[in-house]
Amino acid sequence: MSAQAKLLLRVTGVAKRFGSVIALRAAELELRAGEIHALMGANGAGKSTLVKVITGEFPADAGEVTLAGNVTVFRSPAEARRAGIVSVYQDPALVPDLTIAQNMRLARVPLDAVRATMRELGIERLDLSRRAREIDYPHLRLIDLSRALASKPRILILDEITAALPADLSERVFAAVREWRRRGHSVIFISHRMAEVAALADRATILRDGVTVGVTATRDAEDKIVNMMLGAEVAKAAAAPQPRASAGIAPQAAPALELRGLTYGHALSGVSFRLGAGEILGIAALEGQGQQELFDCIAGVRRANSGEILANGRALELRHPADAIRAGLVLVPANRLHALLPQRSIRENVALSSLGTLGAWGPIAMRAERKRVESAVERLQIDKRASSEVRRLSGGNQQKVVIARWLAAEFRTLLCFDPTRGIDIGTKRQIYALLREVAGQGAAVLLFTSELPEIRLACDRAIVLFAGRISGEMPASEADEARLLRAAHGLAAPVRAEAPV
Amino acid sequence: MGAVHILRRNGGSRSFSHHLRAAGMPLLFLASILATLAIHRNFGAFDVQSLALGALPLAMAATAQAIVVISGGIDLSVGSMIAVSNVLSASLMQHASFRQSLGLAVLIIGLGAVQGAINGILIILSRIPDIVVTLTTGFIWGGVALLVLERPGGGAPSDFLEIGAGADLSPFLPNALLLLIVAVAVIWLPIRSSRLGLSLYASGSDSVAAFRSGVDPRLARILAYGLGGIFCAVGGVSLTMTTGIGAPLAGAYYTLSSVAAVVIGGVSLNGGRGGVLGPILAALLLTLLPMDLIFLNIDPNYGQVIQGTLIVLVVMVGGFAAFLQGRS
Repeated sequence: MSAQAKLLLRVTGVAKRFGSVIALRAAELELRAGEIHALMGANGAGKSTLVKVITGEFPADAGEVTLAGNVTVFRSPAEARRAGIVSVYQDPALVPDLTIAQNMRLARVPLDAVRATMRELGIERLDLSRRAREIDYPHLRLIDLSRALASKPRILILDEITAALPADLSERVFAAVREWRRRGHSVIFISHRMAEVAALADRATILRDGVTVGVTATRDAEDKIVNMMLGAEVAKAAAAPQPRASAGIAPQAAPALELRGLTYGHALSGVSFRLGAGEILGIAALEGQGQQELFDCIAGVRRANSGEILANGRALELRHPADAIRAGLVLVPANRLHALLPQRSIRENVALSSLGTLGAWGPIAMRAERKRVESAVERLQIDKRASSEVRRLSGGNQQKVVIARWLAAEFRTLLCFDPTRGIDIGTKRQIYALLREVAGQGAAVLLFTSELPEIRLACDRAIVLFAGRISGEMPASEADEARLLRAAHGLAAPVRAEAPV
Repeated sequence: MGAVHILRRNGGSRSFSHHLRAAGMPLLFLASILATLAIHRNFGAFDVQSLALGALPLAMAATAQAIVVISGGIDLSVGSMIAVSNVLSASLMQHASFRQSLGLAVLIIGLGAVQGAINGILIILSRIPDIVVTLTTGFIWGGVALLVLERPGGGAPSDFLEIGAGADLSPFLPNALLLLIVAVAVIWLPIRSSRLGLSLYASGSDSVAAFRSGVDPRLARILAYGLGGIFCAVGGVSLTMTTGIGAPLAGAYYTLSSVAAVVIGGVSLNGGRGGVLGPILAALLLTLLPMDLIFLNIDPNYGQVIQGTLIVLVVMVGGFAAFLQGRS
């Protein structure tokens, strides 16, 4: 790629906020004609938002998009398509209740051209008279790609297209992308899989917290890219790991929670680990590596296809969340409001989970409830000023109410799924201190967090999920972000090697 | 390897439930006709005609509702819009000639399109849910109908009434049925088979995917409500034809019955799925059922209970078929 190659698309200073959430602050991107350009960044760095701004799905708050020297503002993806920019979004843009043929007609893409590109991708046997709803997700993405290619874009954007594809289908996508470059067109390629990017892309632009932090050639730049994705302040935040307060607890014979070869569809395959009483086990993973399914299986929301879940040495049959709760496995979800009654008081929310126990005591129930709830609220230092409606509490305090509820009901294994999402740093610390205290009293905690630096702060041990398998395990003291991130990208993984063709 | 496997897995098994859903409504209608013949041996041209007359306005209302629901909305002003065009036509045509009446009918249908489009525009601009907007515009149009004609009355030239009430071709093929077929064939079918129709289905099914495919879901919404308004106006004018008068409060029945017809007729209330044939047959069914119950000498109050129970059963069977389809 010569430096003088023609500049096709230039993005400068693009910013976008949704309500109070800032998705993009200052995104920059320079795309040359005839290159495959990777767009990289951690979860929530703003990659998908940038794609949607470029393709006119919504307008930017600030900044400019320049296409072949002209400043352009697309008002819809259809306008971008007419100008030769087509994206395959993360969620397929095919209307579920229309057939594939009708979908093509809707987008004004000639059916013959789609058939030709479907042949190139090896999916020509797919029946075009079937409704999109009836077709599985990987094939929908390939059909979406076929439609995109059939409209002959000079800029093709692929947003994590390989995330849900089996290896054989991924290879076909790579071949198609290379062919597109050979014809002199450009491709913006978004992927979390470092090996893919290294094998496919010419250059990469790295986003962090909505800001473009660097552009680099991809050859032998894996460490450089990881460092740019991480940023300096994250490294600083990892400075003080929490001492393990529960060091004195004797290891029990049977772990509080044990998984043996848990498999769920394509999302999880053969996940095994043990979680002891008094331990906080962290789970690190990029988006969509099976962590949601893992927690759902343990919490009884989904049923695993095979494998065993044991609590205190006893094998469990989890058909329903109530089964998991009976077995002592309780969920603290990322979205607090899913677990709370937002219009009711702290007291009512905390008492909710223990009503069964308290009810058995008949007349003294009210007093017992008050005592129990008050001690839980006290212990967690919940801000009681707005105690009449939990929806008026801050996110962090709401999360504490969720934890308090389970403590009041004396549950001993907490499944925390990203409990600090969107919570300020101070309350975050309090929640982690709380988890540590709970563990110190003998509870077991399984903690998924989307913020990798927190693993080291909060956990005793960490396992990393990649593509539904455990790709790494390490004590928290060694779980620095670089190591976690490498494992989370499948780089340290012995299980799977992306074959560069 | 993976591709072929997945293709095969989804290939064969959709047929049964798929066809049950597609053919369910016509089969049910056929069964109820047979049941009617068994109950009422002398079922003849006169009964066919009274069925067609009774069902015509509801069939129009069901078509209007179906189009709106398919595009992802719901219209609770259907009854009031029918009432407005009913009283407008009955009061304006009372002393008009046949030719003037035809002109007035076209005008009123145009007005219906405007009424419907107002619903759509209000929904788009205010971002208030469809159900709230159309409920309130329904109140407004209901009031307008009372302003136009305070109590049942008015009329139209008998030649004009004959268009809907007669049976010119054959006693077994009443004009009302022809009118229904012509209205659907002229207004809906061309749109249904065009890209415009696809965009209605698309925005009802998944408006984000539709937007990314080049559809403007807002325009599709306005178009759907406008079309609904047209069918409501045709329904109101045909109500004048079949009853000979305008009745400002007659509309109330059509709002909920049109929703029932849409649900029985296999249109998903979530949008994107179904057609107008099912709801039209359901409208005929909903008219036939009370007739049968009268033939059977059943107390009309029990009749209501039986009718409601049958509707629930039909919807449950439809839901079961959808469940089977979802699993395959």
